[in-house]
Amino acid sequence: MSVNQATLAVHNLAKSYGAIQAVKGVSFEVQPGEIFGVIGPNGSGKTTLFNAMLGQIQPDRGQIELRGQDVSGLSALALNHRGVGRTFQTLQVFGKMTVRENLIVAAQEHKGTLFSRIFAPSDSGLGDKADALIQKFHIAHVADKPAGELSYGQQKLVDIAMAFMSDPALILLDEPCAGVNPKLVRDIGDLLRDLNKERGSTFVVIEHNMDFIMSLCHRVMVMVEGEILAIGTPDEIRNNKQVLDAYLGS
Amino acid sequence: MNMTDFLQLLFSGLATGAIYALVALGFTLLWQASGTINFAQGEFVMVPAIVMVIALHMGVQIIPAFIMACVFSTVVLGWAFKRGLVDPLFKHGMMPIVVATIGLSFVLRNGVRAGYSAEPQPFPQIFPDDIYNIGGVILSATDVGTVVVAGLLIWAAQAFLSKTVTGRAMQAVAQNTESATVLGINVPRMILYTFAINALLAAAAALLVTPTFLAKFDMGELLGTKAFFAAIIGGFTNSRGALVGGLLVGVLENMAAAYISPAYKDAVALVVFMFVIMFRPQGLLGRKEERKV
Amino acid sequence: MKRFHVSLLVITAIFMAVTPTFLKNYGIHLFTTWLIYMIAIMGLNLTVGYAGQKSLGHAAFFGIGAYTVAILMKAGISFWIGLPIGALLCFVIGLGLGFPALRVQTIYLAFATLGFNAAVWLVMRNEEWLTGGTYGINNIMRPEFFGMSLDRNLPYYYMVLVITVVLALLLGGLLRSPWGKAFKALRDNPIRAESLGVDTRSYTLLAFAIGSGFAGIAGGLFAAQVGFIDPAPFAVHYSIMMYLMVVVGGPGYFFGPVIGAAVGVILPEWLRFAQAWYLTVFGFAVVALMIWLPDGLLSIPDRIRARRQSKAASAARAASAKRIGEAS
Repeated sequence: MSVNQATLAVHNLAKSYGAIQAVKGVSFEVQPGEIFGVIGPNGSGKTTLFNAMLGQIQPDRGQIELRGQDVSGLSALALNHRGVGRTFQTLQVFGKMTVRENLIVAAQEHKGTLFSRIFAPSDSGLGDKADALIQKFHIAHVADKPAGELSYGQQKLVDIAMAFMSDPALILLDEPCAGVNPKLVRDIGDLLRDLNKERGSTFVVIEHNMDFIMSLCHRVMVMVEGEILAIGTPDEIRNNKQVLDAYLGS
Repeated sequence: MNMTDFLQLLFSGLATGAIYALVALGFTLLWQASGTINFAQGEFVMVPAIVMVIALHMGVQIIPAFIMACVFSTVVLGWAFKRGLVDPLFKHGMMPIVVATIGLSFVLRNGVRAGYSAEPQPFPQIFPDDIYNIGGVILSATDVGTVVVAGLLIWAAQAFLSKTVTGRAMQAVAQNTESATVLGINVPRMILYTFAINALLAAAAALLVTPTFLAKFDMGELLGTKAFFAAIIGGFTNSRGALVGGLLVGVLENMAAAYISPAYKDAVALVVFMFVIMFRPQGLLGRKEERKV
Repeated sequence: MKRFHVSLLVITAIFMAVTPTFLKNYGIHLFTTWLIYMIAIMGLNLTVGYAGQKSLGHAAFFGIGAYTVAILMKAGISFWIGLPIGALLCFVIGLGLGFPALRVQTIYLAFATLGFNAAVWLVMRNEEWLTGGTYGINNIMRPEFFGMSLDRNLPYYYMVLVITVVLALLLGGLLRSPWGKAFKALRDNPIRAESLGVDTRSYTLLAFAIGSGFAGIAGGLFAAQVGFIDPAPFAVHYSIMMYLMVVVGGPGYFFGPVIGAAVGVILPEWLRFAQAWYLTVFGFAVVALMIWLPDGLLSIPDRIRARRQSKAASAARAASAKRIGEAS
C-alpha cells in the first residue's frame, strides 16, 4: 500500500457491445487532487468508460479501485456513498424541484439514516451549504425557481453544483461544457479550478472543448477506438505526434 | 390422467389460446410500432362484435356483417383512434396514452351498455356443429375451425410483415423509428397500417369468440387482460411471442380448470405472468434490453 | 407553499365539518364515503404521484383492510384494534408487493399490480370459509368512541373526518421531510437520484407500503360504515377508477385526492340515475384531460403561471436581444 495512494485506479477495463469493442483493456491512475482530462473523438469509448466506472453498466472485465479499495461492479448508489459524484452528459436535474431543493437532495442521503430522515428538518440542515454553493455558482437569483424553468446554461451549473454537495472525493464530469456559451465555459473552468484548490477533490473530466481541457487539467488522457493513445500533461499531449495525427490535427 | 381427456383439453385450450394470440399479436405490434399500450384492446374486440350483432339484427348475413365490422373497426378503432388519441398524446410519453386508453375503454364499454344494451346478445355459429373423432379424441368443428382460422390469420400477418415491402417497412419502423425515417420510410403511414392491422385482428377475434361467449358490453374486459398477460409472457419485443404466449395461456387455463379448480381458472394467466416478469421479464421469446444512460 | 397548504387544509376541514350538519342521512353517508376514498387516494397519490409508481392494485388493499376489520370484529376483537392491524397488514403486504416492483419497470408494474388485485379478488370471492365468498360478511357493528356511540351517521362521519385530517397532517409532514424530496427525485429522475445516493429501492418499497397502509385504513373505515362487505367494491375496475381519481385530481398535488375522490364518489352519486352514461362521459373526460391537462385538474394554476411566465420571458428575450455575453 503506497503512501500517496491513487484516488482512482483502473486496471484493464474492457466492455464490448456484441462485436464492437467499445473499451479495450484500459488502465490508468488518477492522483489525489488531480484534474484529469479525458479526450478523444466520438466513439473512442470515453462515455462507455465512464459509465463502466460509475456502475451504470457492467464491464466485461477489469478492476476499479477507489483509494485502494476494490469497487469493481458496485452500483452507482454504492459508489456515491463511497464518495464518488458525477454529472451527466444529457442534463439531469430534477425539473419540478427548485434549485435549492435540487442541491439539498444531492446531499441529504448522506446525513443520518433512512428512518432518522423522517424526523429531520426539511432541508436536512443543508440549507447553508446549499446557499454557499449557490453563491459560488452565481445562481442566487434563480435559487427558488423550479430547475426545469432555468436556461440550459443555468441548469448545467446546477448539475455541476449538485455533484459537489456531498463533498465527494472523486467527481467525474461528463462534458460539462457541452452546448454552453463561451463565457459560461470560462466561468465553469474558473469554478472547477477554485473548487479543486479549495477542497483538494479529484476530478476526471470528459470534454471536447480543447482550450477548456488544456487550460484546466493537470494531466490529460487521449482515447482512440477504445484504447489509450497517450497520457501526459497538456503540453506533452499538445506536442505528441501520434495524438496530433489521430485527433488534434496537424 | 387420461390421455384422451388430456388431448381434448389441450386442443380446446389451443383454440382459446389462438384467440388470445390474435388479440395479443395486435397489441404487441401496436407497442412495437408506436410505443402505445392499448388498455382498451379488449373493447376493440367487443365493438366489432356489437357492430356485427346490430348488422345481423338488420337482416345482414354474417359474412357481409363481418366485413362491415372490419371496415368500422379499421376506420374508427384504427384510423380515428390513432389520429384522435395517440397522435396528440405521443409527445407526452407513454403514461398519458395509457390513461387515455383506459378512459377510452370506459367510453366504449359504458357507451355500449347505456347506448345499446346491457344484455348479452346471441350470435350465430360460424362453424358447423360437427364433432370429429380422431383416435378416440373428440374435437369440435368450432375448435378446429378456430385454430385453423386464427392460425391462418397469424401466419398471414407474419408473412405480410416479413415478406412484403410494406411489411418490412413496418418492421423497420418498429425497430428503429429514426433510422426508418432516414431511410425514407413514411413512418406515420406505417404506424397507421399497424393500427389498422390491430383493428382487423381484433375484429377477427370477435368473429371467433362471440359465438361461444355471446356479445356483451363487458366481454372485452377479461379477454383484454389475458391478452396483455399473454403478450408479455411471450415477449413484447417479438411478435411470435404473442403467439406463444396466447397458446400457452389458453392451454394452461384449460388444464388448470380441469385438474385444479375452475374457480381459479382466470388466475392462471396471472400466475404465469407473475413468474415471467419476476424471473424472465423480457418474456419467453423476448430479448433482454440493456439500460443505457 | 406550506403556509398556503395549511390554510387550505383548514378551510377544507371547516367546510367538511360544517356542511354535513345541513345534510340528511344519505348526504352524510355520501360525505363519509368521500372522506374514506380521500384517504385511500391520498395513499395512492403518494405511490403514483409522488414516487412515480404505476400501481393499479390499490382496491385490493382497500379490500384487505375492510375484510381484516370485518373478520376480526366478527371474532370479537375491537374495531380500534382491528383497524391498525388492517393497516399494518396492508403495509407489510405492500412491502412484499413492492419487491417485484423493483425488478419490473413502468408498464409491467401496472400489469403486475392489476394481476395482484385480480388474485386477491378471486380469493375474496372463492374462499368462503374466510371471507364469506360472494355473500361477504354482514352485520358489522359501528365502533364506540370512548363510550360514545357512533351508530348514527353524523357522529361516525366526524370520527372519520378527524382520522382523515390526522392522516393528511402526517402525510404532509412526511412530504415536507427529506423523504418527500427523495420521493420526488425518484419520480422525476431515478437514475440521477441513484447517482446522488438516493436509495431508490428502499424509497419505492416504502412509498408502496405507506400508500397501501392508507388504503387499508380506508377499507376498515368503509367496512364499519356500510356494515356489510362483499368482494364487489374491491375488483380490478375499482383500482383503475382509483388510479384515474389520482390522475384527474393531479398526481403529486397534495389536494389532488380531495378533487379526485369527489369526481369518483360524489359526482357519480349525483348522476346515479344515468350511471352507465356517467362512466361514459367520465371516460371521455379522462381522454380529454390527457390531451389538454395531462397533469390533472390541480395543474390549472401552474399552467396559467407557466404561460404568463413564458410570455414575460419572450418579452424579456426580445428586449435583451442586443446585449452580449449574459450568463443568465
